[in-house]
Amino acid sequence: MSTTKAALSSPIKGTGATATGVGRMRPAAAGTLKRVVRGLMYAFLSVVAVFQLYPLVWLFLFSLKDNTEIFGKSPFALPAPPKWENYVAAWTTGKVSQYFWNSVLVTGAAVVLTVIIGSMATFALTRMRWRMSNWVLGLIMLGLMIPVHSTLIPLFRMYMALGLIDHPLSLIITYTAFNLPVTVMICLGFYQSLPRELEEAAVMDGASIHQIYLRVTLPTTTPVLATTAIINAIYNWNEFVFVNTFISSDKYKTLTVGIQNFVGQYTTNWGAIGATLMLSFLPLFVAYLLLSDRIIEGMTAGAIKG
Amino acid sequence: MNKVFSNPWVIPLYISPALVLVLGLIYIPIAFTGYYGLMEWDGIGQMRFVGLENYRNLLGDSIFWRAAKNSVLLAVFSTLALGGYLATALVLTERIKGADFFRKVYVLPLLLSTVAIAQLWSRVYHPRLGILNTFLLATGIVDRPPLWLADPNLVVYSIFVPILWQYAGFYILIYFAALKGVPNELMEAARIDGASPWQIALFVKVPLIMNVIKATVVLAVVGSLKYFDLIYVMTGGGPNQASEVLASYMYRKAFREFNFGYGSAIGFALLLMALAATFVIRRLTRAGADAET
Repeated sequence: MSTTKAALSSPIKGTGATATGVGRMRPAAAGTLKRVVRGLMYAFLSVVAVFQLYPLVWLFLFSLKDNTEIFGKSPFALPAPPKWENYVAAWTTGKVSQYFWNSVLVTGAAVVLTVIIGSMATFALTRMRWRMSNWVLGLIMLGLMIPVHSTLIPLFRMYMALGLIDHPLSLIITYTAFNLPVTVMICLGFYQSLPRELEEAAVMDGASIHQIYLRVTLPTTTPVLATTAIINAIYNWNEFVFVNTFISSDKYKTLTVGIQNFVGQYTTNWGAIGATLMLSFLPLFVAYLLLSDRIIEGMTAGAIKG
Repeated sequence: MNKVFSNPWVIPLYISPALVLVLGLIYIPIAFTGYYGLMEWDGIGQMRFVGLENYRNLLGDSIFWRAAKNSVLLAVFSTLALGGYLATALVLTERIKGADFFRKVYVLPLLLSTVAIAQLWSRVYHPRLGILNTFLLATGIVDRPPLWLADPNLVVYSIFVPILWQYAGFYILIYFAALKGVPNELMEAARIDGASPWQIALFVKVPLIMNVIKATVVLAVVGSLKYFDLIYVMTGGGPNQASEVLASYMYRKAFREFNFGYGSAIGFALLLMALAATFVIRRLTRAGADAET
């Protein structure tokens, strides 16, 4: 461990910097410089944190205000007292609770389908030997680059012909297909690194390929499947374009489009709008508090491999 | 062993559900978008073949060019912002206490739906009641409140800020994870050779994660070209189509004006741009990688 690192990690001991790369400076001056740089680094990170966090805090604050506070006082003022009834009103008036459960249903169904189909595909692509596998993998991966809008009109027409316009099944099928590329991408590395020996042993014991998939591969890949499930859930929960295009009646709308309608009806009621936005954010926020490491792993898994 | 894992009856069973979905809902629709682009079609009635007329009209359509310009502008800004995200990640990996906390805070906006982000930032930008103008007026930075979303000269930049805000955490996470993977011995060696922390960051760490940086450039550019939700919800492409991007213009033409043929042509142009961008960036960066080895 070099002294630079030691000096960096203990900025109080200014003299620790004597033997660092900043050789030409007097030791005390170098120590002061280190401390200033260190301070600037924390200041920089804190400014970024405030920029990322403050709009969310402000959303929370105005979700607890009534209109006299919104229109009469500074937007920076704290709600006094907090109007928790905004949340009750948001949940009970309008159809927010309906949209919420629709989101739960569509998100859940699509996540289950995507994880099952994605893991089967990854199993075939990484553990089985066949000629076209690289080509099929490339095809699935390129799916990440395809703009949704380049598929929207034909999908609309197809669902129209199938009678699935304004039916949640159109969303569930579409989410499953469009999330397969990212699901396979996250699973890929994990599946590739599974040891062959486990499978060989199972084959020796006379297991069929299905038994291997169900009893060996699936149990050993549960962690990565959980990661893909939560990443899929975030995407589906927040999806907007497909709902906006395929679903027209209130009884099937999910939260994103539902909120959009709600806001249109209650434009001037900031408190109720804020509460609705918070309600849509809360499930993912709670999941993030509980599973942040898994979520972070899922978000970085694909891009890191380049 | 080999017989079990290359059984020609079993492989299709595992791969075909995914393949059918991806082909049927992503690739076949793309082909149809290209086909509809050659038609005049209101979405309900008969299609009429018009050849390349839609594409010819596209080339002479000033709104299309404005939308394309805005999409490219967003791609440029998103790519430039990557530099800021990389800098943040570099600072974060300098043995910062609470690095984990900072990282987790940075990601929070990513959990909010784009609709919610649009609603929130419309209020941040509210001319009279929003925090931005209240702050600018109180500190005397401006004396007349700017109309962030109603001024055609400002609106494009105003909608870029929440987009960069939304994705900042995602890219910082990726860079952070990549930088954590840089072997310590290399940095040690550079330090022994007398390199300053700045030099180590620029000449050791950054080149070592170049592949990840290239991947994020592709993601940022393609993501920007196809960006839609926030702009559609926040401004609908307005005022007076000043903030239209390719995807929002396609949506307006198809699902608002029921000009599905023209909408398809825009959708197909968007696809070509996304694929061309992917190909060009991969090509440029591959040449770079070859030169290194």
